[in-house]
Amino acid sequence: MILKMKKEDLSTFLDSVKEWGELWGPTKKENRVTYSKVDSLAQMDLKATRTIIPPKKFLYPPRFTMFDYDEDGFVERRGDVPRRILFGIHPCDIHGILIMDKLFLETYNDPYYKERREKTLLLGHSCIPDDKCMCMATNTDFIAEGFDLFFTDLKMFYLVRVGSTKGHDLVRMKPDLFSRDLGRNEILTYTEYRNWKNSQFKKQMDFTGMPYIFELGYNSPVWDQLGDKCLSCGQCSMVCPTCNCYNVTDEVELGALEGTRDRFWDSCMFREYSLVAGGSNFRDKRADRLRLWYTHKLQAYIGEFGKPACVGCGRCVETCPVDINVVSVSTALKEQEVGK
Amino acid sequence: MSKLCVVLDEREVQDNPFKPDMWRIVRRYPLTSDVNFFQARPIDVDEALKFSYLPGQFVMMSVIGEGEAPFCMSSSPSRPGLLEFCIRNVGTLTGTLFGLKENQTVGIRGPYGNGFPIEKMEGKDILIVAGGMGVAPLRSLLLYVLDNRDKFGKLSYLHGARNPGEMLFREEFMQLKEREDLHCLLSVDKDDTGKWTEKVGVVTTLFKDLGPIDAKNTVAAVCGPPIMYKYVMQNLVQLGIPKHQILMTLERRMRCGVGKCGHCAVEYLYTCIDGPVFSWWDVLHMKELIGRGASDKTIA
Repeated sequence: MILKMKKEDLSTFLDSVKEWGELWGPTKKENRVTYSKVDSLAQMDLKATRTIIPPKKFLYPPRFTMFDYDEDGFVERRGDVPRRILFGIHPCDIHGILIMDKLFLETYNDPYYKERREKTLLLGHSCIPDDKCMCMATNTDFIAEGFDLFFTDLKMFYLVRVGSTKGHDLVRMKPDLFSRDLGRNEILTYTEYRNWKNSQFKKQMDFTGMPYIFELGYNSPVWDQLGDKCLSCGQCSMVCPTCNCYNVTDEVELGALEGTRDRFWDSCMFREYSLVAGGSNFRDKRADRLRLWYTHKLQAYIGEFGKPACVGCGRCVETCPVDINVVSVSTALKEQEVGK
Repeated sequence: MSKLCVVLDEREVQDNPFKPDMWRIVRRYPLTSDVNFFQARPIDVDEALKFSYLPGQFVMMSVIGEGEAPFCMSSSPSRPGLLEFCIRNVGTLTGTLFGLKENQTVGIRGPYGNGFPIEKMEGKDILIVAGGMGVAPLRSLLLYVLDNRDKFGKLSYLHGARNPGEMLFREEFMQLKEREDLHCLLSVDKDDTGKWTEKVGVVTTLFKDLGPIDAKNTVAAVCGPPIMYKYVMQNLVQLGIPKHQILMTLERRMRCGVGKCGHCAVEYLYTCIDGPVFSWWDVLHMKELIGRGASDKTIA
């Protein structure tokens, strides 16, 4: 279902949906864009390209307690999750959430993720690519599912795509703001917008041959050269919308056999990632760990699902302090040379 | 309440798969200087007989205050009621575990992993090759086949240890030699006691005593230190056993056991849900399952 909304009505709409839960949106402080809890549209910056951390942090917090335990057993800690409405999420990040959904909700259901996913409404918003965006190459520049509402800014008005019954319920809170009066004008305006957006990409990437390139390049010296540069800081994992790895630790109360079992973000760039008891480390070298990260995103995932586990958001390009990212690594492997 | 989207409403709410149940250690005794044998039983006695698993599967075991780690069962599901583990003291968690006494509790959740494809192995000749700690998961399979003897063809058990003192389940396996329904071959790399009555040499020397086998109808199950795989695989492939019928069970760091935490990933597979039992064919085209980067590391 696609609806139309006047641009000036967005503020009223967002004010009314706060009745359902907290309103969160992209805000800019000292050139840093983050999702913040806001009171109104006026506090948001909808022109910002990407937040530092993707919205995965709402569905899967950087650190949280899974259980309280003592000698008698483990008691689940759940139910303290607030209802949130995330406004202004871009297509790449919604694609990232779809990949997280597959991981956390299939085979075994992760109840912590599921609870937050159900209590978080995703209100997407169209975006304008900058020089780091690669979503055209990863085919994630548009999104057809996974959101509750998606707002496409067509300058004169919004097209609002309804993606779920919850999204529809939000619309029903202010039905007068929406119209189904859609026709020739909307189609032409939308077509013009698509053509214009497609022309805005500055970065051209081609991931189609990657499974072959990775297999061929398994022993390439390129990995050692990249490994020499890598700091193993793990920032690439923290900012990547599809990095899901976590570690678990038991915190103990002093002098008592009780405590909490906590879960927190981990990165396969860290040395301890594959270390087993007794001291064997399956990926002791930085080059081995880098290869795992990129093999997983650009070879293994393509091999299994036909598309990369990279949504082209450009965060690794922006974040890595030594210029190791999906672009530089793919290029280095293809050209068998590491850039400066 | 209306539902969020199709992705979510297809699934029913399940129990928390991360929540351990409490089990009681009912017996613990040393097998060698650094390996202990554990028997555990659920606190909730009704659960004891309900807990079913396959040889080759594992559980996540929580030691209160220390954390959680994967351990494979050494017992057979054909003998329900108790789980048995064969554990080497190598880290902080196992260190604490070795300090526990009978009647103290541990958390257990599972079973996890694919386990051995028992149904597909029925009717086949079974060749088990265990080296060192590799006996931990393979004892489960061995006991299972012995308990369901009529469902399988010929059974051969090859076991290698460093020396007689390091040999796990020594009495138990020596007694197996008396049985006529299996071919049990034991070796030690070095006999430092002068009392060893069986073969001396690495486990592959036992292949000479194996006799003729019906290779195409044989399923081999292997577990041991990495150095062992290379030579054992050469022997098994030379015998003509199809590569997809040569099975091995592998070890990785695991934090969840259910395919979420990422630690045990190898290319697109997770050792915890796609393994830990893999075929030699899997290993040949999944580079990091055993080979290359990790070739000198322990795989038990």
